[in-house]
Amino acid sequence: MARGRGFVRLDWFTIIIYLALVGIGWINIYSASLDDSATGFFDMSQIYFKQLVWICLSLVLIIFILALEAKFYERFSSIIYIVSLVTLLGLFVFGKNVNGATSWYVLGGFSIQPSEFAKAATALALGKYIGDMQTNIKEFKHQLRAFIIIALPALFILPQPDPGSALVYAAFIFPMYREGLHFFYLLLGFFLAALFISTLAFGVVWVSLGIVLICGLIYFRNRKRKKTKVINYLMVAAVCIGFSLSVNYIFNNVFEQRHRDRFNIVLGKETDAKGIGYNTNQSEIAIGSGGWTGKGWTQGTQTKGNFVPEQQTDYIFSTVGEEWGFLGSIVVVILFVALIVRVLFLAERQKSQFSRVYGYSVGAILFVHFFVNVGMVTGLLPTVGIPLPFFSYGGSGLWGFTILLFILIRLDASNSYYA
Amino acid sequence: MRKLLLLVLVLITGVVFAGRLFYLQVYDTSFQKLSENNAIKVIYDYPQRGYIYDRNGELLVSNQPSYDVMVIPRDLVAFDTLEFCGLLKMNKEDLVKALEKAKNHSPRLPSPIIPQLTKAEYAYLSEKMHKYKGFYILKRSLRDYQIDHSANVLGYIAEADNKIIKKNPYYQMGDLLGKQGVEMQYEEVLRGVKGVKYIQKDRFNRDIGPYKDKAFDTIPERGKDIKLTIDAVLQEYGEKLMANKRGGIVALEPATGEILALVAAPNYDPSLLVGRERSKNFTKLWYDTISKPLFDRVLQGEYPPGSPFKALTALIGLQEGVIDTEETVSCYGGFRYGRNRKLGCHAHRSPLSMQAGIANSCNAYFCTVYKRTIEKYPTPQEGIDNWRNHLLSFGLGDFMGYDLPSGRPGKIPSAKTYNAVYQYPTYKWYATATISNAIGQGEVLLTPMQMVNFTAAIANRGWYYKPHIIKNISGADTIPSIYRKKYQTTIDREHFDPVIAGLFDVYNYGTAAHLQVPGIEICGKTGTAENYTRVNGERVQLTDHSVFIAFAPKDDPKIAIAVFVENGYWGSRWAGRIASLMIEKYIKGEITRKDLETFILNGSLEEEYAKPYSDEPFKINQ
Repeated sequence: MARGRGFVRLDWFTIIIYLALVGIGWINIYSASLDDSATGFFDMSQIYFKQLVWICLSLVLIIFILALEAKFYERFSSIIYIVSLVTLLGLFVFGKNVNGATSWYVLGGFSIQPSEFAKAATALALGKYIGDMQTNIKEFKHQLRAFIIIALPALFILPQPDPGSALVYAAFIFPMYREGLHFFYLLLGFFLAALFISTLAFGVVWVSLGIVLICGLIYFRNRKRKKTKVINYLMVAAVCIGFSLSVNYIFNNVFEQRHRDRFNIVLGKETDAKGIGYNTNQSEIAIGSGGWTGKGWTQGTQTKGNFVPEQQTDYIFSTVGEEWGFLGSIVVVILFVALIVRVLFLAERQKSQFSRVYGYSVGAILFVHFFVNVGMVTGLLPTVGIPLPFFSYGGSGLWGFTILLFILIRLDASNSYYA
Repeated sequence: MRKLLLLVLVLITGVVFAGRLFYLQVYDTSFQKLSENNAIKVIYDYPQRGYIYDRNGELLVSNQPSYDVMVIPRDLVAFDTLEFCGLLKMNKEDLVKALEKAKNHSPRLPSPIIPQLTKAEYAYLSEKMHKYKGFYILKRSLRDYQIDHSANVLGYIAEADNKIIKKNPYYQMGDLLGKQGVEMQYEEVLRGVKGVKYIQKDRFNRDIGPYKDKAFDTIPERGKDIKLTIDAVLQEYGEKLMANKRGGIVALEPATGEILALVAAPNYDPSLLVGRERSKNFTKLWYDTISKPLFDRVLQGEYPPGSPFKALTALIGLQEGVIDTEETVSCYGGFRYGRNRKLGCHAHRSPLSMQAGIANSCNAYFCTVYKRTIEKYPTPQEGIDNWRNHLLSFGLGDFMGYDLPSGRPGKIPSAKTYNAVYQYPTYKWYATATISNAIGQGEVLLTPMQMVNFTAAIANRGWYYKPHIIKNISGADTIPSIYRKKYQTTIDREHFDPVIAGLFDVYNYGTAAHLQVPGIEICGKTGTAENYTRVNGERVQLTDHSVFIAFAPKDDPKIAIAVFVENGYWGSRWAGRIASLMIEKYIKGEITRKDLETFILNGSLEEEYAKPYSDEPFKINQ
């Protein structure tokens, strides 16, 4: 591919999608947050105005990111990672409690959520570690270290408590798999995550019953064909039930009530003030009432009536669905798919393993956010509160994703320097 | 492969989301409608519920205004909580708690802060209300009972539950409707029609005026008043007589089928089920599984009728021509059938003809008549079914079609019943196998309402109107046509006079001779019904039920009555006395036999009812 110099080197395809998503996102935040309390467009207290400020500032941030040497990110990845861990730990001392979660630093008038930045830091650190000549991801020792790099921030985020953000760290299984991790880990990871969530959602008893049932079924199917011992199945079942029990024990005995509340909110057990699945239900109504072309910008009756809770943040996609209809929502879905595919393409064309792992991490993180969020808003997945990248209201989130994406763009622009 | 996994997942996710969005937004159109429900506000205008009067125009049930203090949390501004709490006589913590709850429910929708203020509290508060932005007073209408009796007749009103809302789209969450008695039966008449206003909401969820220029709005229609056939004085008196007893009294006007009194005991004060204490009181009544105050024994209790049933046995025998009024039947201390089998009888002179047979309640006489009635036909099956058809013509064995929502059909056995019991045709059965039916025991079960109905039919000499409780509906001035139709029994008129003469002799010299009312010719029949219960899994006989039917005056019947007192022992002990007092009260308006009245008013059977629960062996029929 013919490649020029300077700005021309930047992957403008990605940047245009980024700008489109941020722009469409802001338009919808404006609509979702508009109410009769605004004194005028330049009302500092309005959510849409704050978000506009964050967007403008992120343009400055982009210039700063692109201005740095590509090598800087690899060299300083360990330091960035450690600083990120320290800020996460610092929350336990200096953090401010908002909505039951101690996830914010408050500096002056601004709140900053370090967990949004930790994703990029972890991606850098993982890239650095796997990209090291001495690391062989097929060895167990190295696998363990890579897992520790991923798990540390997740473990610090989990007890804030912010299980949604911690869940996102599961995305790092994809770059590791890309670099040679055995497929078994993917299955195991998927299985443990399912077990974890179902334990909290349905309780130990049902989960244990389910495990015993599944193990029993598999045993009786395989009994004739393979000479497997019952004891193996019993042990697998026992380990699974043990895991489920320990999740349950930690949840009920180690956590405090406020932690449990937060978990229950994320799992949709608490906010259901009006009955099972109120949030999802209202979200489906809002999206479904959009029809082919939607009700028009700022004309959504559901959006205006504040029927959908958390609509500027986690449920922003329902505004798109209502006001822009099927055509508008499909455009957003296509933009996200195109962005992630493009990011994966960029990752694959990186010549250094560091950049490739980093790029893959970016694609995987974006994918998990997109998958979980839109799945939740359209009622396909249970309620797990994580934002839609570039769309949802929140400065830290926007900045975190911007940093994540533009470091990749910066690395890609210098791709040829790496032999 | 490793390069492709995530890529494939991303593409699959995109396709799945596109499909889901297509389903939600294009394929399934029900969401548009749901959204409309959200964005157009419907306000209902509730009309006043109709009043209920007794047959003499006495007001039984009216409405009372009730005032709820409501709050819209979003509209609150800082206010003087100390003064506010003083006005409402509540402490500050409760107020804070209530406000918090309202806010959690919804910041924009009204929630009640204090429900159901009294009129005095309201008058005091309404002057100062303007000072408290965000609060307002909502006026509702509740039932106001002018009486403390007739709860089983009137029923009660309660909020519509999900089951009702699903079944009948008229009702919304929070709407009130009749749940029992007259309130339920005449719900559509009493409630009127609620008015509807559609309000368009703007994008800020504010009201911006009527939707489509009021094209769909309707005006409320006031509920209609109804007049019941109940005589409030008689009803109240009946409930007093039944104090501390269980059972029921039901009285009809034979000429019209109008229900004069419908007493179920124990009863409760209808006011208990109105207002702040409603759910507490209801729970208490609902869980009283021993005396069952919510169980209407008159309509829902199925009992063996006992001896009053003999009047029907006699009538059917005469109609079938198996006996005449002159023939005498001997009684040897009972009725013998088969080898060593005997249905016992009490001591009386013998032999007896029909009139004396009724007056003395001779079991042997009626068993003979019954056996002949069945055996008149070639097979017992035909005999039983023929006998049954006569009984059905008296409205027995059926729900009867009276205008109250609860009831039981009772039981009149048929050939099919006995074929199943005796496994016909493998085994055969004969009239004697069913002999207990002759004297109202055996398989026959009647509700007190059915007993009074056949009494009224006898009083009328062969016909009856279906019992009903509606006298008229204001405006329409009509009652349902089924209550204007005369039902003829299968018994010819001439057969009634000898039976009535027998019933008259019950008072002259028979089992109720001591209960005569001076100046009134009463015909009646005592009954003593055996009954059983289970104590710790064992079948235990309890003291007999005391049963009585009567009508008066003999030749121009004004009232027919059935009285049932659970475990009251012999017929004239409780039921007969109560019946004679009720008749005297209704016809004369006052009671001359004060001693008798005092005895009944103060009499209690609570000790009797406690026996099966005492966990000790007990004696019955004392």
